[in-house]
Amino acid sequence: MVFNTGMVGYVESMTDPSYNGQILTFTYPLIGNYGVPNISTKDENGIEKHIESDRIQVKGIVIHDLSLVSNHWSSVMTLDEWLYKEQIPGIYNVDTRKLTKKLREDGVTMCALVVSDSDNVNIEDIQTKLKKTVNYNNKNFMEYVSTKKIQIIGDTNSNVVIIDTGTKNSILRNIIDIKYGIIKMPWNTKVEKILSYKPNGVIISNGPGDPKICADTIKTANILLEYNMPVLGICLGAQILALADHAKTYKLKYGHRSQNKPCINIDDSRTYITSQNHGYCIDRESLKNSEFRLWFINADDKTVEGIKHKKNKSIAVQFHPEAAPGPYDCKYIFDTFKKIMEENKNCPK
Amino acid sequence: MLVNPNIATIQTDAKFADKIYLLPVTTEYVNRVIEKERPDGVMLGFGGQTALNCGVNLSDCGSIKKYGINVLGTKIDSIKISEDRQLFKEAMSNCNVPTLESEAVESFQDAKIVAKRLNYPVIIRVAYTLGGRGGGVARNEIELYEIVNRGINASMVGQVLIEKYIGNWKQIEYEIMRDSNKNSITICNMENILAMKVHTGDNIVVAPSQTINNSEYHLLRSASIRAADHVNIIGECNVQFALDTHSSKYVAIEMNPRLSRSSALASKATGYPIAYMSAKINLGYTLDELQNNITKKTTACFEPSLDYIVCKHPRWDFNKFEFASKKLGTTMKSTGEVMSIGRTFEEALQKAIRMLDINKDGLVLNKYDKDIDDEEDIENHLMNPDNSILYYIAAAIKKKIPIEKISRLSSVDPWFINKIKNIVELENKLIRNKLDMKLLREVKKRGFSDRQIARATNISEYNVRQTRKQIGVVPVVKRIDTLSAEWPTQTNYLYLTYGGDKNDFQITNGGSIIVLGAGPYRIGSSVEFDWGTVNMVFGLQENGEKNVSVINCNPETVSTDYDICERLYFEELTIERILDIIEFEKSKGVVTSVGGQIANNLTLQLHKNDVNIIGTEPINIDKAEDRSKFSSILDRLNILQPAWKKFSDLEESLEFAKFVKYPIIARPSYVLSGASMKVVWSENDLKKYFKQAVISLEYPVVISKYITNALEVDVDGVSDTKNVIIGSIIEHVDNAGIHSGDAMMCIPPRRLDKITIDKIIQHTKNIAIEFKVKGPFNIQFIVINKLVYVIELNIRASRSMPFVSKLKNINLVKLAAQAILNKPLQEITCKNNNKNFEFGVKIPQFSFMQLDGADITLGVEMQSTGEVACLGHSFYDAISKGLIAAGYKLPKNGCVIVIMDHNNIKDERILKSIMILHDIGFTILTTRIIRKILLQKLNDDRNDNIKDLDIQQHNVIELLYQKKIDMVINISNTMQTTRNDKIINEEYQIRRKALELGIPVLTTIQIMEVFIKTLQWRNKKKKTSIQPLNFEI
Repeated sequence: MVFNTGMVGYVESMTDPSYNGQILTFTYPLIGNYGVPNISTKDENGIEKHIESDRIQVKGIVIHDLSLVSNHWSSVMTLDEWLYKEQIPGIYNVDTRKLTKKLREDGVTMCALVVSDSDNVNIEDIQTKLKKTVNYNNKNFMEYVSTKKIQIIGDTNSNVVIIDTGTKNSILRNIIDIKYGIIKMPWNTKVEKILSYKPNGVIISNGPGDPKICADTIKTANILLEYNMPVLGICLGAQILALADHAKTYKLKYGHRSQNKPCINIDDSRTYITSQNHGYCIDRESLKNSEFRLWFINADDKTVEGIKHKKNKSIAVQFHPEAAPGPYDCKYIFDTFKKIMEENKNCPK
Repeated sequence: MLVNPNIATIQTDAKFADKIYLLPVTTEYVNRVIEKERPDGVMLGFGGQTALNCGVNLSDCGSIKKYGINVLGTKIDSIKISEDRQLFKEAMSNCNVPTLESEAVESFQDAKIVAKRLNYPVIIRVAYTLGGRGGGVARNEIELYEIVNRGINASMVGQVLIEKYIGNWKQIEYEIMRDSNKNSITICNMENILAMKVHTGDNIVVAPSQTINNSEYHLLRSASIRAADHVNIIGECNVQFALDTHSSKYVAIEMNPRLSRSSALASKATGYPIAYMSAKINLGYTLDELQNNITKKTTACFEPSLDYIVCKHPRWDFNKFEFASKKLGTTMKSTGEVMSIGRTFEEALQKAIRMLDINKDGLVLNKYDKDIDDEEDIENHLMNPDNSILYYIAAAIKKKIPIEKISRLSSVDPWFINKIKNIVELENKLIRNKLDMKLLREVKKRGFSDRQIARATNISEYNVRQTRKQIGVVPVVKRIDTLSAEWPTQTNYLYLTYGGDKNDFQITNGGSIIVLGAGPYRIGSSVEFDWGTVNMVFGLQENGEKNVSVINCNPETVSTDYDICERLYFEELTIERILDIIEFEKSKGVVTSVGGQIANNLTLQLHKNDVNIIGTEPINIDKAEDRSKFSSILDRLNILQPAWKKFSDLEESLEFAKFVKYPIIARPSYVLSGASMKVVWSENDLKKYFKQAVISLEYPVVISKYITNALEVDVDGVSDTKNVIIGSIIEHVDNAGIHSGDAMMCIPPRRLDKITIDKIIQHTKNIAIEFKVKGPFNIQFIVINKLVYVIELNIRASRSMPFVSKLKNINLVKLAAQAILNKPLQEITCKNNNKNFEFGVKIPQFSFMQLDGADITLGVEMQSTGEVACLGHSFYDAISKGLIAAGYKLPKNGCVIVIMDHNNIKDERILKSIMILHDIGFTILTTRIIRKILLQKLNDDRNDNIKDLDIQQHNVIELLYQKKIDMVINISNTMQTTRNDKIINEEYQIRRKALELGIPVLTTIQIMEVFIKTLQWRNKKKKTSIQPLNFEI
């Protein structure tokens, strides 16, 4: 179970594949106010328009005050109806602030949502069951979140390969915005396959779980770095890139999940407000084992929020420049990547 | 150095600035301060629109450049962009932020053409103004004429803006901080429940927004940052958007490059100290260098995350103004506001309603719920909202009007209406079902008070509380921590909610003293009580009592700054909630003497609930408030008082009134600011009063002789039951009969002789000791023919205490803190050796302009919404500045209209004043009869400077519009026994029009005398003095 302190964006969060395998607590107490938009609407490139993947990804949600009615011009159903439709459980009337403090103090916890008609819930029984389930830390989520087959999106004359470790639709939308076509590939695609599409760059996406479990992707990333391929890592993708270059990652006690995180860009000394959703983090000390240098740091706890390769062709951010949910202040990361790709086009290695 | 004539605010306490100038914030006076002090820099963003306008003027007249002053924060050019509508639009278009199609015009002719093109209705906005002053919605050409003319006059630059009316769009605001390194953050956004239809100052507002989704939230957020970036805001600004309800279409409405009411609200709503951080940014710090004061670990360069909902509700005082329209629109009319915090919308809303102190226990189940049943009436009210819009929405739901229709008529988003429906449905459940634990929990979670529950279930409030506590249905205390518990915090910024089951912390240091604040600013209880609350806290701390908590719910106050006291409860000032807090705090007692009306009225109730009142014994307070007890004590002390008697029966009171002769004052026992107190002029009036007034048996009506034409005096003091310290004797400039809150006041007295002063001092000491006053008190006297009458004793801090304390350099409230801690008061030799000034005057500030239709004649009902004070070497030196600070124009010469009952002119004082005007060169326009009298007096029947006025009303209004009139003297008959119930409409129209056009109108003899003598004083080319209030540098 994790918590997110964003005040809007439950639709985006719940469909973010990075939340796969997690029960999400909203610290904002009023959830469901503006309902749920038509989730099957797609844009001209076939990307779901209003959501971040094709389904609800969280395993369950915890709410203080669920709005059973909703109103918004884009809404077609209530949050409750949506959960019912996708058979995802939720619970409300919970002191979510108390729960958040517990998570903050005890760290991210394995948990179960229990439904019962009687008061006699057998807690021991549930605890036993809980112990028997695979721990989040050891689980490979790729079979749930990564695409099974290669997908082509948009005009791929100039293209970017996205290694799908659970990518959010907004990353795809941003690539289309900077005028590249997209080749979306399974997380364990071989490097030869990737290069066969002659991509201008590769994005390793966000996604759930411990980055070390994505060994195949780490290996691929390592080769891409050697190839001097422009690579953009986002969130899990950033951690994978770091691991690919001999840096280390570790698990944060309760992660960063919010839309208000200040990150300092070392290059221009400016602080940007970012959207975040990660439980693991790049070890700052370990960067010296790698060719990466620090690019962004979290202004509060000084953790690594972005790295730049010394050859300046690979960049990675721990936060979500694509926002959704959250602020768009770091959308420029995509422009930075575009620039790298274009420069690379002019002077191939 | 601070320039601000507001005497009652904590800001003008010596503690907060090195030098304080109580001067009008006008170009002239600020320029003089600049000349004298030669400052290095100036901050313009902290004094509202007044300071901003003044800064622009200072720049335009070259002073900023001439004296090499650094404008700290947002620069003048940027201010101009955000203030000039046309420049603003161009700037927004350049940074890709859409605005509404509109045009700036400077005449009605141009306005007409634009309005036709845009199609009616159109909205008229006034450039350079505050509180939307003078703007409005025009549905046709006639309305357009009216509003455009008024607006052009109110605007500093004679400019108004005509644009399409989009009243049904959502009104969303963002508060932005930006530093010189271009770091930008939004502190919070806010959604106005009454949409664009109603000025945000009069709107019911929630933070954060509730009905917009992620993409809209961040679309507007990005737009606000782009705007701030483009205009180059350094510090704080507010951007207001209108958002379509059927698409993501939006427009930026305006941008305020300064601290505003909204930023104060945003600060309190989030715990992010916007003004403080903004000041640092103005000094050159960048956001990332600053620390989040709440966590003490994280940076100030972040965006607060809330895990509660905040609801701001305005407080209106329409019932103080007989003719004022209660309709809400684009002009702000409220006098204050409350902010409530909850974990459901229903909880926040019902808490806010209770905080307003308007005799309501929530949205429903009130003692005096008006029966609203007529569907047409309901629909009409939904369409044209007034101060009871929420109750009409509830009525509409009860009437089964579909939600969509309610929304269409009212422009309120269906989400909010559905939440109100939840409240209505729970009311039904409460009435129909047995009260079990589940229902009890549910209604408490939705903000129902014990009193509402008691009313629905026919159980006493006391029993509801006991039952509730027995089964463990109690509120929990939660912290406001700026980041939704993501980081550990030790903040003392607290609220109570039923939306949870665990307190954030437990009290380890019981035995605190709780100080009750004053709730919303309203007429009669305003910023002076915030000053009192804060100084009481400081006083207690300085006297060794560190464990002090405050309860208050007004986001515009310093007493709700969380760093003032040990623990701040941003909470209701209701008996239920105060008891909840006392129990949680294990408090040793409550101070009720500095929080104005609310706190004062709670004293006896708290006492009955076994709460220790720290200060004067409640039994003695009761003796002062109960007229018969009070009176018999005065008799025993041989102190005179106007004839009075207590009645619950009409016949007896008629007889009494006949005996003492009309006029009389009728009032219920517990009053402050004259609420439901009325001057009765005739037998018929008295009969009517008995029909209208709500007179409970417990508190019958008290009738006393109304003494007119007498001198009124206030005394503010403090006592420890044995020693009495008198702050000052304050003389009213106006005669008795004007509410003391509306009266101009003067220190030291200038019309009292030594014997009278001694008598007043003796009476004061005798009374304070007799009533065993422990803490602050105020006594009102009337002096007539050297006889001294007592009219009132208030055992609490008074409205004039900041005035007295600051001018005499004796902090009465801090002394009161000493007294209530049982530390004896020592005789104080007058510390005021301040030779900077001899006189100080306090002048009320009125807001008639904002209240459509309100008449400006004064009476026993208090009507002023604020006050200023200025200092001087002479009375006229002080008052001359005071009048300007309160917004009067002081004409040098020109034309004055004199209209009054011609019998009035025979009054020697009036005649003399008008002669002065004539002598200093004014042209006098008056009725034929008055002219004759004047000419006779002058012995000159050909005098050209006294002219006949054709009293055809049209002509006068026309003259006013043509700016041919510089002053209006209209001594109405209000103050005389022959007062007709029907106000002479003509005169009212003239007064109202003159007011709207900014022409001074003099309505009482005293004010007229003072005003004209001031003009005379100024005419002799006397230059006003400027001097700081404090001087110990």
